[in-house]
Amino acid sequence: MRTFPIGGIHPHDNKEWSKDKAIECLELPDEAKIPMIQHIGAPSNPLVKRGDKVLVGQLIGQSTGYVSANIHATISGTVTAVDAYPNGQGQRRLMVVIKREGDEWLPEIDRTPDHKRECTLTPSEIIDKVREAGIVGLGGAQFPTHVKLSVPEGQKAELVIINGVECEPYLTSDYRNMVERAEMLLTGTEIVMRAVGVSRAVIGVENNKPDAIAHLREVIARDKYEGIEVMPLKMRYPQGGEKQLIAAVTGRQVPPPPALPISVGAVVCNVSTAIAIYEAVQKNKPLIERVVTVTGKHLNSTHNYLARFGTPVSRLLELSGLPEGDVKLLNGGPMMGRSVVDITAPLIKGCSGITVISGEEAARGKELSCIKCAKCVSACPMGLEPYLLSKLAKMQKWDMAEEHNVVECIECGCCSYTCPSYLPLLDYIRIGKQTVMTNIRARAAANKK
Amino acid sequence: MQTRLFAAPSPHIHGGERTQQIMGDVILALVPALLVSTYVMGWRVLLISGVAVASCVLFEYLIQRFMLKGRTTIGDLSAVVTGLLLAFNLPAGIPWWIVVIGALVAIGIGKMTFGGLGCNPFNPALTGRIFLLIAYPVQMTDWTTHIPDGISGSTLLANVKAGAMQLSQIDYVSMLGGHMNGSMGEIGALALMLGGGYLLWRRVITWHIPVAVLGTMLLFGFCVALPEGGATLWQTPLFHLLAGGALLGAIFMATDYSTSPMTHKGMIIYGVGIGLLTMIIRLWGAYPEGMSFAIFIMNAATPLINKYCRPKRFGTKK
Amino acid sequence: MNELLLTVLTLSLLGAVLAVVLYFVAQKFKVYEDPRIDDVEKMLPGANCGGCGFAGCRAMAEALVTRDNIASLYCPVAGGEVMTSIANFLGKTAPEKAPQVATLLCGGTCQKRPKVNHYDGARSCAVVNTFYVGESGCAFGCIGYGDCVAACKFGALSLNEETGLVEVDADKCTACGACIKACPKSLFELRKKWPKNRAIYVACRSKNKGAVVTKVCKAGCIGCGKCAKVCAFEAITVDNSLAYIDSEKCKLCRKCVNECPTGAIHIINMEPLKKEPKPAPSAAAESKVETAKNE
Repeated sequence: MRTFPIGGIHPHDNKEWSKDKAIECLELPDEAKIPMIQHIGAPSNPLVKRGDKVLVGQLIGQSTGYVSANIHATISGTVTAVDAYPNGQGQRRLMVVIKREGDEWLPEIDRTPDHKRECTLTPSEIIDKVREAGIVGLGGAQFPTHVKLSVPEGQKAELVIINGVECEPYLTSDYRNMVERAEMLLTGTEIVMRAVGVSRAVIGVENNKPDAIAHLREVIARDKYEGIEVMPLKMRYPQGGEKQLIAAVTGRQVPPPPALPISVGAVVCNVSTAIAIYEAVQKNKPLIERVVTVTGKHLNSTHNYLARFGTPVSRLLELSGLPEGDVKLLNGGPMMGRSVVDITAPLIKGCSGITVISGEEAARGKELSCIKCAKCVSACPMGLEPYLLSKLAKMQKWDMAEEHNVVECIECGCCSYTCPSYLPLLDYIRIGKQTVMTNIRARAAANKK
Repeated sequence: MQTRLFAAPSPHIHGGERTQQIMGDVILALVPALLVSTYVMGWRVLLISGVAVASCVLFEYLIQRFMLKGRTTIGDLSAVVTGLLLAFNLPAGIPWWIVVIGALVAIGIGKMTFGGLGCNPFNPALTGRIFLLIAYPVQMTDWTTHIPDGISGSTLLANVKAGAMQLSQIDYVSMLGGHMNGSMGEIGALALMLGGGYLLWRRVITWHIPVAVLGTMLLFGFCVALPEGGATLWQTPLFHLLAGGALLGAIFMATDYSTSPMTHKGMIIYGVGIGLLTMIIRLWGAYPEGMSFAIFIMNAATPLINKYCRPKRFGTKK
Repeated sequence: MNELLLTVLTLSLLGAVLAVVLYFVAQKFKVYEDPRIDDVEKMLPGANCGGCGFAGCRAMAEALVTRDNIASLYCPVAGGEVMTSIANFLGKTAPEKAPQVATLLCGGTCQKRPKVNHYDGARSCAVVNTFYVGESGCAFGCIGYGDCVAACKFGALSLNEETGLVEVDADKCTACGACIKACPKSLFELRKKWPKNRAIYVACRSKNKGAVVTKVCKAGCIGCGKCAKVCAFEAITVDNSLAYIDSEKCKLCRKCVNECPTGAIHIINMEPLKKEPKPAPSAAAESKVETAKNE
């Protein structure tokens, strides 16, 4: 069975807490705060003002550049404010607040449950629809999908890879999507293949989800989805990283930056994103909701919700409750998720789950000194030297950190996870990466002048 | 109880392995060899080991507490490992005060001068041993006490080197069980291998360094014996593998984290270097045993090896 | 005897040959350096703090010697006196700069700005700043993990565990500016240094609206503008609902201090005015400024 070539760790997957919970529709919130930035790139421009009436699916934030994404109203009602509110990390961002009145949708959105498989649109029409719908990578990176689907001139796509790995412990939203919405996923995959002009697609799924693999294979055989193959992968974190997944599936490694995945002919797309593409292209439905896992060892109950963006995190946790004592609330899984410190913050596009870590697990262990055991070096999936990068960043030796390729770090956290001295390796590497990237950009800008 | 909200950058979970655990595993892996030595050489082995461990821990505590005026880290058990390894490198009959001096050099000069755990360029226990070997050559090579009847009063390596013994006279099977003379920790070959197996199983060490060291020694011994041919063809490599500190050095001393290279490729170069140097010193040097010097020299080469043996970057050919 | 002689001769010969070689090598690779650079370097404090903008004192000395116009070069650690003597030594015009002191523009102590979550990552302000606002809800306030304390080469900064804020020892501060670079929230400012380390400043950098500020911090500036109205010297400006006192224009009249409803204006080493303030700025303060300049 295939997997990626270097590094990686084997954390306990903890999927058992929520994997058998079917997708349930979360009751609509009375008020939704919709951030004008839920993607990588330029923030969107709000198109509504206080007092405006909006319908579900109506464009309320216009993308402001090529790498940017549209934002749509997720509930119908009246706009009560366009102002800065704290996001999950407490940082104030521009948001449109809508007070809900009923559930009125834009008429052009097809809300029938029928599955619509046939697609006769041209690639550029598909990409336009994806752009209009404001679709971004739903695996967590939030990179605008229309940019990914536009194959640059001179490059040629050979293979579409659908990321069903979900290597993050705890999270089960992609898994539930594969099991419950396989038809939508497969038709979405066909649309992506059409958009980038390839005849072959591989859905990579880790072997800890055998029923998803079996179910997808069954549907592919039954409904004759040609050119789509399900590939079981050996369980290992961070297999869901784009470069790791391409290497696992094709055996080809994407060269270091500035090379993009397309340089080895691969276009990668997350399972939830493929479903969003299906809905946008076939049903005219913009990206307004997603499947989000609410999980944790000490919760009253765990769920896989279909929830609208802008729903407060507190709403998602209403049934599950927060455990007493030390609690860490995460937007995403425990390896790459971000701490949430404000539970009034809204659900955003990139949030695949709310993981609650509590008790002793919430706190970090006591730091000791580095014993040069090289466990971080063996664990790094990018072949870097985390102990060194961390030290260089701590000492602010930015030039040396750049020489040691700090920008190639994918922030997967394997180094901090394995460190027997509990050193916050990634904490410092991240500063190094950010600073070096700023330096590189500044140099590039200076060269242009 | 109230809910207290924690915040930290990712990752939010940990594999659970701790430094103390690793050190504990090393200590556990040393126990079989300690038992064999105690059985062969008597209770004094335990006494000397106890003195070495206690003085190493004490010196570390005193230096950190009163000279560096900082937090003490004796809880990480690394001083215990240093103490044990130091004791393993000494003859059983050594006076206790020499052990204390060795511990002071090992911890004070070998470890703390460089900044403590993880910062030392040389294996602290070896620093202590080499200091003692040069400062107290007589006591350090006095193998005549605390040995059972029927074992020669000097080490096999010394005997063979001096020509007092032929390779064909050696009983290799009893060597495995510890029926030979030498430092306290180096005589139980089987017990050391058992400890090594445990460390491999617990993933405390990888196979690269021990295999590179021992493989090089085997190959080198074989090449040396090639002109003579006959029975020496297997006797020479086997003898060098089992005699002296080869196993103790390859499994426990050379694999010390802070003084060995970080990448697998580097580890192999380092191991080959140790194997070669050991054999050269043993065969043509002034000392009968060269393991500790070989490791010491290769420790010095570790930063250089680290510089040139980088891990393979994702997406690059080399 | 013969052996001894031979040894001595060999070594002497070797020494002589090598000396000649060394002489020629030294001639060949000789780099001319203005000897005044060494002299100037000796006059500089030698802290290598980078406060002048150069990599170290040597680089600064080189610049001082080689550049014609040194008006823009200033060593904040050495101060005006040393700069004048260096300029006299080099026969150039000295840069003029009044003494300054680093000031932390945040008054959000643990009591005034309670912590709403518990930070558990690496003890570094820069790390905190990479991913969230910090333990209090204020996105502008002091994080309190002491990146600036570590950056200060003169031991002028210390972390007060009780308040959770960094304190500046004005006597030790050399205004080198290292803390300004180290603080991810840009909370430090170099302000005019008054005699006896007196100071008046707005200890807040929050550009949030008043209502948002009071929610997270009881000591923050809410931008009410009362202070600006009473200021007779136009030293106070209010921008983005944040008041700022220009230390060059401020005369330490203390009128604004009593006006501030949240106590965001800090007054250091001075008594605040009695409830009914006198109209004119105290003449004493001004005369003291004069003496300070004359010194």
